Amino acid sequence: MKYPYFPGCTLYTKAKKLDDAGRECSLKLGFELEELKDWTCCGATFPLVNDQHITMSGPTRILADTKDQGNDKLVTLCSVCFNVLKRTNHVMLNDEERRAKITDFIERDYHGEVEVLHYLQLLRDEIGFDVLKEKVVKPLEGLKVACYYGCLLLRPVKEIGLDSMEDPTIFEDFIRALGGEPIEFPYKVECCGAFQAVYSMDTATRCSRDILRSAKNCGADVVITTCPLCQFNLDDRQPEIQKSDPGFSSIPVVYFTQLLALALGLSAEDLGFERNLIDPLPLLQEKGIIA
Amino acid sequence: MEKKLGVFVCWCGSNIAGSIDVDLAVAEAAKLDGVVHAENYMYMCSDPGQQLVKDTISEKGLDGVVVACCSPRMHENTFRKAAGAVGLNSYLLEIANIREQCSWVHQNNKPLATAKAVSIIEGTLDKVKENLPLETITIDLTKRVCVVGGGIAGIMSALDLANADYDVAIIEREPAIGGHMAQISQTFPYFHNILELLQKKIDEVKAHPRIKLYLNSEVEVLDGYVGNFNVTIKTRPAFVDPAKCTACGKCLEVCPVSVADEFNRGLSQRGAIFRYNQTEGARIPVLEQRDCLHFVDVEDVEMDAGAGEKCTACVDVCPENAIDLGTIRTFNEEFVGAIVMATGYDLYSPAKMPEYGAGKLPDVIDALAFERLLDPTGPTKGQVLRPSDGQVPKKVVFIQCVGSRDPERHKAYCSRACCMYTAKQARLYRQQVEDGTAFISYMDIRSDSRDFEEFVQQGMEEENLVYIRGRVAKVIQEDGFLRVFTTDTLSSRQLEIEADLVVLAMAMEPKAGIRDLAKKMNVTIDGDAFLSETHIKLYPVESSTKGVYLAGCGQSPKDITDTVSQALATAGKIQTMFSNETLIADPLIAEVKNDVCSGCGICIDICPYGARLMNDFTRITDVNQAVCQGCGACIAACPNKACELINSTSRQFIRMIGDFAGKAEAV
Repeated sequence: MKYPYFPGCTLYTKAKKLDDAGRECSLKLGFELEELKDWTCCGATFPLVNDQHITMSGPTRILADTKDQGNDKLVTLCSVCFNVLKRTNHVMLNDEERRAKITDFIERDYHGEVEVLHYLQLLRDEIGFDVLKEKVVKPLEGLKVACYYGCLLLRPVKEIGLDSMEDPTIFEDFIRALGGEPIEFPYKVECCGAFQAVYSMDTATRCSRDILRSAKNCGADVVITTCPLCQFNLDDRQPEIQKSDPGFSSIPVVYFTQLLALALGLSAEDLGFERNLIDPLPLLQEKGIIA
Repeated sequence: MEKKLGVFVCWCGSNIAGSIDVDLAVAEAAKLDGVVHAENYMYMCSDPGQQLVKDTISEKGLDGVVVACCSPRMHENTFRKAAGAVGLNSYLLEIANIREQCSWVHQNNKPLATAKAVSIIEGTLDKVKENLPLETITIDLTKRVCVVGGGIAGIMSALDLANADYDVAIIEREPAIGGHMAQISQTFPYFHNILELLQKKIDEVKAHPRIKLYLNSEVEVLDGYVGNFNVTIKTRPAFVDPAKCTACGKCLEVCPVSVADEFNRGLSQRGAIFRYNQTEGARIPVLEQRDCLHFVDVEDVEMDAGAGEKCTACVDVCPENAIDLGTIRTFNEEFVGAIVMATGYDLYSPAKMPEYGAGKLPDVIDALAFERLLDPTGPTKGQVLRPSDGQVPKKVVFIQCVGSRDPERHKAYCSRACCMYTAKQARLYRQQVEDGTAFISYMDIRSDSRDFEEFVQQGMEEENLVYIRGRVAKVIQEDGFLRVFTTDTLSSRQLEIEADLVVLAMAMEPKAGIRDLAKKMNVTIDGDAFLSETHIKLYPVESSTKGVYLAGCGQSPKDITDTVSQALATAGKIQTMFSNETLIADPLIAEVKNDVCSGCGICIDICPYGARLMNDFTRITDVNQAVCQGCGACIAACPNKACELINSTSRQFIRMIGDFAGKAEAV
């Protein structure tokens, strides 16, 4: 089984480990991610005003390419790409006027035929968490995982529709399938600070601090995420947080595909953990998940 | 024999005469077939105008009249009464509307307006030629009432009617009457003790010889129509014989079951056999079949009561032999002339608010649960204590408009009572916990009734309630505290409040099951499933079905004051109806041509009033004259053209249309 796959820019550079692990795991699970030909950047933001169309021309072209290459689905791993592509497709399906304006401009025939899937959604709906559970060779036993969703994977819920925006469970169900122990923590759908990291580092630091502190208070060993920007903020802000709050002890922040890869028996050496600022390896060794 | 017809054209001052040549209209009308008299007058509806019509009918022996004037909604009745007064059958007089549909819309074209007026008169004359003289229909009237719902609305309506000497049956789903009011501690704006007020009314109901109470009961079937309803009532078994039970309470102690007590909003536990609430008269325990171990594993518990062979702890311990687990449900019928729907509300479930803990955080409770904490007969004996650890909360956040005024995600409407009860609850809390702080998150304060605004102001000024304008984003539990994230939109600041207890003023929504009940009662509901009144201003307690009246929160959210006003209004309306010996209905309804109807039954399904019935003997359909409203749906639906509206037959209409269309071409 092959699924057309849109990696996106960040997964080719900074978040290479999210990409690598995702592709490797798919082979273990019996499907293949086939990279879309000639893909471009998704634009990285969805326009927040109704009359701004130009930023949607990029994602629309990606979707039209997907269709023209003979596909009716498109899988992404990055929350940002997922959000932009999914919402653009929502416009293509539901707003005839804007659709016509954009497709006329890029001279493509597209009516929202492609279904945009997040990798997690693929595992849940197409593969099945029960099947996933059977393929696990190294269960994440004893690992307490804070499932951090952030915003873009869930909101706005009417357009994304992946799960409840306030009380989602898909990530927890995923961790349970891997044999790990998801912990409930109240900040799981709060914002990490996102692009505020560029404009106001303090704001991003404060947002990350609240999330990480809450996860630790609720007993988490590790935080997982689907989003390169969340991973960056939550991981890289920790030295800064420690400066203002000496009592704060660090916690590793990894991609969900990295834990998936470990559970499916892939070697930790290939998963790019060396790129994490807070090294997860001691924790994983302590829990007996890696040697 | 051809009818002698008269035409009376009204000027309506300049309303008609300004754009229609009334003299020319009269001259043209006089030339029409069958017309023996035509004239115009400045105000035909005035006393001299009416006298003119009456005199002419008598003098010229008219047996058909057309008054060309304003809409029939204005004065059809006026002129029909005038005609009737001089012996002409009222239904031989018709209105030709030449004002709303002619003079007002053709003000700049007098020749056209006049020609159109003449064609309207001609068409109406053709209708009158075939009109039959009719008599009003008389309907029997059963002067008894059924009240659905035994909350304060049902109680007040029933008491008024019973005191006016009519028999009333109250149907209450729960094991006791009193409704949600019994859960509430005190009233606003005067802090009256509710249990005292309510108990008096409950005692009156119980002692009243004219009132029959059906507890644990629901409407199973409704048949009939205004004046002649037949209500079939299903009563669940209570299993405890009130004649034998001494309310000793031994059975309560031995019951091994422990489930959340609904009346206390889950703040306490109860057995399968329990006291429903603390009102006098609810002291006799009731047994809830679905919680009882005796009935576990019996597939259809309702049908097979007593079939289980399991727990009989309560039966064994009862010294009076008052508990019989073999009791089965019963059915009763009540024949009544009118029905009051006092079905009440539920609070929207906090489980639908994941941002406020989805009902899973023990110290986030809804407003009725807070009332239970304030009630001296409640689970904490009136002490405000946190459900999680029984401590006195020092900081309480009250959140208003939870689920209300949120059209995108929940309910678009305002639940009306919450601003005031929240102010009351916060004041009662502050009076009890002197070093406590009460925060109230609000959008607007709606305090628009007698002494309401003063009540809220007093809370702010004298009891230091902290009102914060904004909507709460989120409530989480952390480090043993609840953390409330909100904004003060007046100072544009984001706030985080550490709280011990959060109280949600949840939206009110119609009682569960109202959609099914409304269907049974043939009463329309709105998009939120509230029962719809006929007219919000002029017929506020009348439902879409004649003889069925609405009171309380089943119609829309409201406080006790408004609920009682509405309940008394239903009682007044019904007494007015019962002041007659029979009911009178308009004869302008559908009829069936027996020799054309094939008995296909399409009209039965299409009739919105349930007025069409299959006659089992003739196998063709009948019209129930008391129920038919003359809407014409069956006439349009009948494939054989076997139905006609009396005095509005297809033949009459086709002639009228021919008159209008012919003239329109000429113009």
